Amino acid sequence: MVTNRTGHYELPATYKNDCLSYSFLFNYKNPGELFMKSDTAVPAKELPKTDPRVKLIAAKLKKENYQPDALIEILHTAQNAYGYLPKDVLAYITRALHLPPSRVYSTVTFYHFFSLKSKGEHTCLVCTGTACYVKGAQQILQAIEKETGIAPGKVSADNKLGVQVARCIGACGLAPAVVIDEEVQAKASPEEIIQKLNAKIGKI
Amino acid sequence: MNRQELKTIIQTEKNRELNHTGKQKICVCCGAGCLSSGAEEVMKKLQEEIKARGLEQEVEVVPTGCMGPCNQGPLLKCLPGYNMYQKVDCSNIEKIVQSQLVDKKPLEDLLLFADLREKPSLDAREDPYFKKQLKIALKDCGTLNPERIEDYLAHDGYVALDKALFELSPEEVIAEVKHSRIRGRGGAGYPTGLKWESVYKYVNDQKYVICNGDEGDPGAFMDRSVLEGNPHRVLEGMCIAGYAIGASKGFAYIRGEYPLAIKRFEQAIKQARKLGLLGKNIMGTAFSFDIEVRIGAGAFVCGEETALIASIEGKRGTPKPRPPFPAESGLWGKPTLINNVETFAAIAPIIRNGGEWYSEIGTPKSAGTKVFALAGKINNAGLIEVPMGTTLREIVFEIGGGIQHNEEFKAAQTGGPSGGCIPAAHLDVKMDYESLVSLGSIMGSGGLIIMDKSSDMVDVARFFMEFCMDESCGKCVPCRVGTRMLHDLLQKICDNKATQIDLDRLEELAVYVKEASLCGLGGSAPNPLLSTLRHFREEYESRIVKHD
Repeated sequence: MVTNRTGHYELPATYKNDCLSYSFLFNYKNPGELFMKSDTAVPAKELPKTDPRVKLIAAKLKKENYQPDALIEILHTAQNAYGYLPKDVLAYITRALHLPPSRVYSTVTFYHFFSLKSKGEHTCLVCTGTACYVKGAQQILQAIEKETGIAPGKVSADNKLGVQVARCIGACGLAPAVVIDEEVQAKASPEEIIQKLNAKIGKI
Repeated sequence: MNRQELKTIIQTEKNRELNHTGKQKICVCCGAGCLSSGAEEVMKKLQEEIKARGLEQEVEVVPTGCMGPCNQGPLLKCLPGYNMYQKVDCSNIEKIVQSQLVDKKPLEDLLLFADLREKPSLDAREDPYFKKQLKIALKDCGTLNPERIEDYLAHDGYVALDKALFELSPEEVIAEVKHSRIRGRGGAGYPTGLKWESVYKYVNDQKYVICNGDEGDPGAFMDRSVLEGNPHRVLEGMCIAGYAIGASKGFAYIRGEYPLAIKRFEQAIKQARKLGLLGKNIMGTAFSFDIEVRIGAGAFVCGEETALIASIEGKRGTPKPRPPFPAESGLWGKPTLINNVETFAAIAPIIRNGGEWYSEIGTPKSAGTKVFALAGKINNAGLIEVPMGTTLREIVFEIGGGIQHNEEFKAAQTGGPSGGCIPAAHLDVKMDYESLVSLGSIMGSGGLIIMDKSSDMVDVARFFMEFCMDESCGKCVPCRVGTRMLHDLLQKICDNKATQIDLDRLEELAVYVKEASLCGLGGSAPNPLLSTLRHFREEYESRIVKHD
């Protein structure tokens, strides 16, 4: 499963500390004095201004007039640009919108779309909506796990392939559906998907 | 742009259409389903083929929205004869062009449903699949190019807005909607006219219209198809609503999983702004209205109206207790009207043809038509629109063409994770709000998943409970803890480890969760479980460990 909002998502211990350390950002002229008590807390780096992805986020912030209401829109832009939400980027957005870091963090972890970790170079999204479930999406997930060793919601060790599940991608007429790198595979069979995945990660 | 200038544009477009009468028009279905089956290449190849044969002047190729039978895609529709072709790929384009356009004789063995019927109808409208349907919300999906506002204008587009702005007062618009007896198509079925009236009555300098396009129910994809196939219809509905309740700003909240719908709706907004159909002083009147798109971030609970409002405000999508209802205090505390995509899609025809016309369709308590997304183990999976009160049997066996591989019908699941399963004994149930509730299910957004004997009903209940457990926002205890406990009990039954005590506890707990949860998600989460218990109890009991 992707991040689960009922309270049992996995969070790396270091990340928890980092999130606490965001609070120093409001006092960033004098970092550390007030809030940085933990030894593991690392101040977020300034983002390189020349990075096109940063420029994209900066432009979106400006377009939305730095309104805190636009948080989700801006997170979408960042997620699309980076593929996930690196902590330095979150810190940057937090600062620009003058929001408490807790508010940004709680929003990011609430929605399935946002991810704090990289989803992998290639993504394989298996739809597990009702129609796909009835037509055997579980068998596809099992086959993928058996073949590549990647459980749903996980990324391979070399970050090449990430396997995710979606609740319903709205292609119920073509169930079961799998999306490999934005391309929809209609009426998919486990064998076909394994073959496509192997081709993507260069096994054959 | 004022009214006169707009009328000139409409006339030019209508003339262009008229000039085309008698000429061939090939519509290529570019709905999400057909696109995934390769419609894009088909269209490219078709254009090349037509160009190669020098037929460009006589034939127009139009990319359109969803035509319905997604399972048979990619689809082609040749007008004026309504010859439809199924499972078209690049290899048979040449044959189709030769016989359809050059020899003017439809190619029978590639026609729609050629593999299902003994003799497929030449005119697709004659086929039982289309004959039983009545398309209002989906009417122009599959005929017009969703990326051109001119196409929509030529098909009576924005006529309803024109009528509302120039001939009707806001009260009269609301009266017309009330008279039509249309009910919210998002699931709960609250009368739309009453909702509009209550927002209208609250006096405030700023009101909002929100279009709920967060179609989270797994198995439902009608909002997606409407937004992709005819975005201007929804836009027009929102404008009329804005005029009626006195709002100047609208938001369309569309699921992030539907990038094409977002793209087309944003494009539609731009085109409408350019023609002065959105923005300041629409058609030269004092009415100003603008729409913004907000992209959902993948939370099922955001389909609930108060959670959706929180999400538009950039917060976690957690519901709030009602009252106050959004009509009184919604987005940023202002009176807000929230309707579903399909409801907005029906508004323009209601205003154009009058509420009376709409209220005569359907059953006395549920007027009009409903779009269903037919999927699962059925031959013609896809999108259909039927008058309310059509029986499930008609939908499954006449429109849907029966169960795959001639298996036996076991159950139909309606309403997604908030709905229930209808067993074969109730195949003759009329599909309307009340009849479905009396069977322990709900209309919901209109997902209709057909199951045959290979589906295990306890596992289906467990599947939906897992969904609700994952999607619970965590705000209230009955839902957050209750769905988890129900899921664990169901898992125990699936693993053949449960006893009678567990089953009793399951039933007891389901009622608590249903009664005590804050919002509709928790309040309806036990529905799939309760309805399968009601209709398929023996499947539960056969797995209970007996003590001797």
